[in-house]
Amino acid sequence: MDDGPTAGPPLATGARTATATAGGGGGASPLDGRGVTRRRPGGRSLKDVLYSQKLAPYFFIAPFVITLLAFWAVPLVRTFVMSTQEVLFGESAFVGTDNYERLWRDRIFWQALFNSARYMVLTLVLLIPIPLVLAVLLNSKIGSARVKAVFKASLFVPALTSVVVAGIIFRLMFAETGTGLVNQALALFGADPVRWLRTDTGGLVALLALAMWRYTGVNILYFLAGLQSIPDEYYEAASIDGANKVQQFFRITLPNLKPTMVYVTTISIYGGLAMFLESFMLYAGNNSPNNQGLTVVGYLYRRGIEENDLGYASAVGVVLLVVIMAINLTYLRLTGTFSKEGQR
Amino acid sequence: MSAPASPTPIPVATPEAVAGGRRQDPRRPGRTRHPLPRGLFAAVQTSFLVLIGLLVLVPLAAIFLGTFQDGGQIIRNGLSLDLDFSVLSLDNYVLLFTDSGPYFRWFANSVVLTAVQVVLTLLVSSFVAYGFAMYEFRGKNAWFISVLLLMTVPFEIMMLPLFVLVNDVGLADSYGVIVVPFLAASVTIFFFRQYFLGIPRELLEAGRVDGVTEFGIFFRIVLPIARPALAAMAILNGMVIWNNFLWPLLVLRSSEKFTLPIGLNTLLTPYGNNYELLIIGSFFSLLPVLVLFLLFQRFFVAGMTAGALKG
Repeated sequence: MDDGPTAGPPLATGARTATATAGGGGGASPLDGRGVTRRRPGGRSLKDVLYSQKLAPYFFIAPFVITLLAFWAVPLVRTFVMSTQEVLFGESAFVGTDNYERLWRDRIFWQALFNSARYMVLTLVLLIPIPLVLAVLLNSKIGSARVKAVFKASLFVPALTSVVVAGIIFRLMFAETGTGLVNQALALFGADPVRWLRTDTGGLVALLALAMWRYTGVNILYFLAGLQSIPDEYYEAASIDGANKVQQFFRITLPNLKPTMVYVTTISIYGGLAMFLESFMLYAGNNSPNNQGLTVVGYLYRRGIEENDLGYASAVGVVLLVVIMAINLTYLRLTGTFSKEGQR
Repeated sequence: MSAPASPTPIPVATPEAVAGGRRQDPRRPGRTRHPLPRGLFAAVQTSFLVLIGLLVLVPLAAIFLGTFQDGGQIIRNGLSLDLDFSVLSLDNYVLLFTDSGPYFRWFANSVVLTAVQVVLTLLVSSFVAYGFAMYEFRGKNAWFISVLLLMTVPFEIMMLPLFVLVNDVGLADSYGVIVVPFLAASVTIFFFRQYFLGIPRELLEAGRVDGVTEFGIFFRIVLPIARPALAAMAILNGMVIWNNFLWPLLVLRSSEKFTLPIGLNTLLTPYGNNYELLIIGSFFSLLPVLVLFLLFQRFFVAGMTAGALKG
């Protein structure tokens, strides 16, 4: 375990390494490693392989390549294939675009897609500006540092709860009786009890409350990390040039937060469209009144797992994948993230 | 970092320096930086933060109070912060420790599975990341872009064909199926790559000169100095794996193999008669992660913000 510190310092400079290599006194093995490519492939021993800098990277990334092929590429291809088949009781028959045509006319699918899209948009609207403002407040020099630290910790705690437990808690807090916590709070303002999970809007409010509870703190942390990477000098300079706080926010903070913003938006689009568990737990299962809580993944789960109609469910999956990839790739392209990644 | 967009860069960023700079500027003598006086602004801000901070803890307080109450009542009436001292009791705690059926079996399953999967994920993912960070090789860019793309492909789409595959080869109800597909985790690979890029290459050369193999360099030189990254990723992965639900729900069949989230979910049925265990079991399942969080807060933050760092 102590190899790092002991091996590091004596040879930490490039010059010394170079002389040591050039001298080549100690063992010939490191030089063998360099020379291995000049030999015939047939002449490689195990030792050569272990020292080869040409071969090593392929061994290092092999686990990823295997994972990618076995657990992502193969299932993905299988999804595409199954989406053109009718798969029942292990028998599959090619049906062409039948599943997609059925999907196009399937009102419940459109409802699920609408529910997912609505949830995604609303979480973007709620879970980007609010955490951003809170992060800016936390990052300002005003106020007690201790209060801020406790605030950060307290807002992060919900992210530690599993969706299962959080869903159980929120389901019970949004109980439709007058004795549920949320209805009690409403009663303080003289409102009648709301039958939360029985109405479309009520269910949506509960779902968004759950999302905000779990993810506000996380997004604050993302934005704080971004804010802290902006050099103070930018603000000093702007302040000397007479920019007020609002101008500084729009001219310095926002543009410099772009990488963070891109990241948070991308994972929010993904997470919003692929949301399933929150609804599954809130409604204690995949069924909700008039399918008001049904999402695309929920529908995929219903058709594929509950009703064992794998071909149709695969078509749902393909549509979801296409939608998510299309939105994310467009967004990443618009923000220029790809060109940056390519330069590396 | 590029130079700040100002004619006169200020090297030291202290409030005094700014105030000094402002005093020297005769054109804006009376300019204040805030519409409110500083003290008032700070007071408003502090009370605002305290209020929200407390509000966020309300659901946890509610379930904590619920552990002292009758489970059936809670399911009927909902959770609230009401305190009726005549009905509070420790019965549920007695139940948990004496007659909770498979609960602690699930708990132990979750602990072991999480520990094993975290260790293996860190090893495999850092191993892969090292290849991307330290070597030039053909196809590197394409492979790395596929790491990035995997971060945006929802597992929910893969789950159906994987589920079919698992059933076909008869591997359902096994832990291996839960663990193996996720050992080379793209977010974790990405984080380790960023970390390894910051390690001086001279260290590797030193190892090579000393006759260490390429893999020895990784295991004996690089991994030991990557301890902060390992800690951050252990916590991030631990959190996700401890709460893992959907895939284990599909794969696991027998109750004695259930993990905590799966087990708890089975208690949430309309015909259940074990709601006491549901409430106290849910609360109790939060404790390990909460304790770890209180002990290792800074690593949590480092792990969570890993992906958002500039590349």
